[in-house]
Amino acid sequence: MFFGAGGAAALLLSGCADRQNTLAPHSSAARSITTLWWVMFIGSTIVVMVVSLLVVLAFLRRRGSLDHVEARGESPRARNAVLVSGALVPAVVLTILFVYVLTSVPATAEPKPKDAKLTIDVGGKQWFWTVRYPAQHVTTANELHIPVGVPVRVRVHTDDVIHSFWVPELNRKIDMIPGYDNSVLLEADRAGVYRGQCAEFCGLQHANMAFYVVAEPRAAFGRWVAREQRPPAAGAPGATLFTQVGCGGCHTIAGLSTGTVGPDLTHVGGRMTLAAGTIPQTRADLERWIGDPQHIKPGNKMPALHLTGSQIKRLAAYLESLR
Amino acid sequence: MSTVVGREELERLELLWAERSGLKTFLTTCDHKKIGTRYLVTSFVFFVAGGVAALTMRTQLATANGGIVGPKVYNELFSMHGVTMIFFFVTPMLNGFGNYMVPLQIGARDMAFPRMNALSYWIFLASGLFMYSSFLVGAAPDDGWFNYTPLAEHAFTPGRNIDFYNLGLLFLTVSSTVGATNFLVTIFKLRAPGMSLNRIPLFCWGIAAQSFSLIFALPALSAANIFLELERRFGFHFFDRANGGDALLWQHLFWIFGHPDVYIIFLPAVGIVSTIVPVFARRSMIAHDWLALATMATAFIGFGVWVHHMFATGLSNVTYAFYSAASMVIVIPSGVQIFGWLATLLKGRPVIRSPLLYILGFVVTFVIGGVTGVMFAAIPFDQQVTDTYFVVAHFHYVLFGGAVFPIFAAIHYWYPKLTGRMLDERLATWSFWTFFVGFNLTFFPMHVLGLLGEPRRVYTYHSGFGWGIWNLISTIGAFTLAAGILGTVVNVVRSRRAGAVAGPDPWGANTLEWATSSPPPEYNFPSIPVVRSVDPNWDVEDRRDDIRRLEHAELTLTGGHETIGTDWLDGNIEEVHEGPAESPWPLLLALALSWFFLAFLAGHWVLAGIGAALTAAAVGGWQLKEPGE
Repeated sequence: MFFGAGGAAALLLSGCADRQNTLAPHSSAARSITTLWWVMFIGSTIVVMVVSLLVVLAFLRRRGSLDHVEARGESPRARNAVLVSGALVPAVVLTILFVYVLTSVPATAEPKPKDAKLTIDVGGKQWFWTVRYPAQHVTTANELHIPVGVPVRVRVHTDDVIHSFWVPELNRKIDMIPGYDNSVLLEADRAGVYRGQCAEFCGLQHANMAFYVVAEPRAAFGRWVAREQRPPAAGAPGATLFTQVGCGGCHTIAGLSTGTVGPDLTHVGGRMTLAAGTIPQTRADLERWIGDPQHIKPGNKMPALHLTGSQIKRLAAYLESLR
Repeated sequence: MSTVVGREELERLELLWAERSGLKTFLTTCDHKKIGTRYLVTSFVFFVAGGVAALTMRTQLATANGGIVGPKVYNELFSMHGVTMIFFFVTPMLNGFGNYMVPLQIGARDMAFPRMNALSYWIFLASGLFMYSSFLVGAAPDDGWFNYTPLAEHAFTPGRNIDFYNLGLLFLTVSSTVGATNFLVTIFKLRAPGMSLNRIPLFCWGIAAQSFSLIFALPALSAANIFLELERRFGFHFFDRANGGDALLWQHLFWIFGHPDVYIIFLPAVGIVSTIVPVFARRSMIAHDWLALATMATAFIGFGVWVHHMFATGLSNVTYAFYSAASMVIVIPSGVQIFGWLATLLKGRPVIRSPLLYILGFVVTFVIGGVTGVMFAAIPFDQQVTDTYFVVAHFHYVLFGGAVFPIFAAIHYWYPKLTGRMLDERLATWSFWTFFVGFNLTFFPMHVLGLLGEPRRVYTYHSGFGWGIWNLISTIGAFTLAAGILGTVVNVVRSRRAGAVAGPDPWGANTLEWATSSPPPEYNFPSIPVVRSVDPNWDVEDRRDDIRRLEHAELTLTGGHETIGTDWLDGNIEEVHEGPAESPWPLLLALALSWFFLAFLAGHWVLAGIGAALTAAAVGGWQLKEPGE
């Protein structure tokens, strides 16, 4: 699909960024769900085949006539067969399935704080994601970086309506509901870029509320944290323009502005996409976005700014430099 | 009846029951057959409207980055598609068959409360028009049929959209409650002499189970609608966290209604299946009593499974385990029913005709929807695929497979009774296979889409996820399905004149609606039939007795709009039940209520007060004796 310069290196680690495939798990949690699926799929196929076969047999029965009633009343044998195949067999099969389901629940259950090595706070907001690493003092948006093989606890909350945090290849989804402290475990067993998407309808741009989880080796993760912790260089040429035209009213750039309506842009140049996975993050796309955000993501909270061509170019260059 | 037996009695009945054609009768009739037909036609029109919304959405999603509609229109389309299909098509369509067939199947001359019956139709129509008028002012409900808060609160959806939703559903609820009460009293008090509890036709059991469920489930929905409307219009705080409310309260209230609603839709449809299977298997239903019991058990257990719609909300695992178990238990009554039908077919000598084709199609699709339903009881799997296209696939297999297939079976089965004409069997067969193939092409790929991670309710998607091809197949399927439906519409319209004459009982069927002419006379039965088995129309001698009774003017009830009231358990005669003839009050009451709801929507409290006063006046007028009574 599309990735900016920042994401290209990460993408090289794995080709899986363009997927949200629940059948291609990359963590033990997601794998346990996939196994559950295949077990149920096989069982279901048998049930559907048996019933379909009986329907076909009904087609093949010797035909009767509408002028004639073949039989009246009950058939005790058939009646017993109905009870055995319709009630008894399902009861046994479902009891077994239920026990299996209960044993599979812990794998995807909410992680205990003591089991996690890293905690990330993710917030849902119409229509992007806020991301904060409380212990590392890192704030970003629409992109999570996690170390491979480390249990990471993602605490979720919402700033407005209900959203749902979901990275299918890493774990089940978890709703973000006002006033509820929910969390989910992310523990990737391979380096790669995993796509996630809001899974609870949240209004006009629910479709364009995606994010990426970049799972990387510990050393690379450490470098990313260090980079994110560094404030952007002060006095960059586009910074004045950024505040002048009002961008700072909605966006935070550490040391420059504190807006919270839109995503944090402190290191936006290092991210892979713009507008929560709507378009790639390249210079050209930045210019396109700044020039006409309502065309690209209708209804999003960023107004048309009516900037001149050269202003747009300077802003895009500035934002791209924020790595 | 072509003979001269009981001519005098027939003439008296004719005089008592015949309704003049004309506008006045059109507006005031309380005949359950006319009302039933209206339900069928009106809800089919809503079906077409909901279908057009579906085809628009499928066109939009046929390819990645589709540009047919924008997000606003798309959100209105999927919201109104759900609202329409659930509230204004499937349920009222099944009620249409119920209205027409229940009195006939139990050997009565009308519903217990004919005027309330007319009232429930007029309110259904008015609330449907109310809901659809939202399009005219560009404010159709756009937060889904499930309408979750806080998105549906004023802060996030400030237009009138959600007020249309709340008030429209409250309005409709009046109709559903009135209708459900009427069905229950009719089924339990007006059965033909001898029709004891164990001889009630399974379609009537389906309608009874539906009515029980409606009466207990609708208050939860109404509470939710009222709370939300109070919150939106008067600043109450039921759902808003910042002021001590709770967003999950909406979800609980909605699904306490919403899951039983699945069975509200499904159980009458199951009743249709149980009606048609023995007729075309040419033998009595096997385990008839177990099937009746399974119907009621499903309705009951259906109230204990709602939290499986909330497995991703982060409630405790103990809670989830309970609802997971309940969601599995509910499979068992369905299992009994499925194997009851299969056993009946396999022990009988099936005659393959279009109604049975739809039933066999139903069995296969419903079982597929059933097994994926079990998957949603498996907590972690639910948490993975809920709110993806896998759910969309699942519930269309259950609701379209489980209810619309039986509805189409019923159209083909009962058409001769309603019109006196047969449908064209060749066209019907072609339509069925187009319908069946189209259905599976549309909805089967959605399982794959869900597993590949496509969320529901997205107006667009990027290319490169492997979703494009499955979406395209689904869209092609949707148009194929539409062609199959169109085939049936053409058949229904054409056969009205061109169809072969049906006669009273073209299928050699076992229930009482076939014991009278097609279409039935206004008084249904010249002499109320007396029942001695579960397949009364196969008791040839009993039906001859009916004619003999007519000859002796027994049970002909020519004292007015009369039918027999029996005791609920054994079907022993208790009384002669008299009903009204035509009445203007149902329509006037529905109009007064429409006034009230429109004024309330507009926020004009004086006019709303006048509407409430008019409603009270119409209820008062209702208590007056009818002219000519």
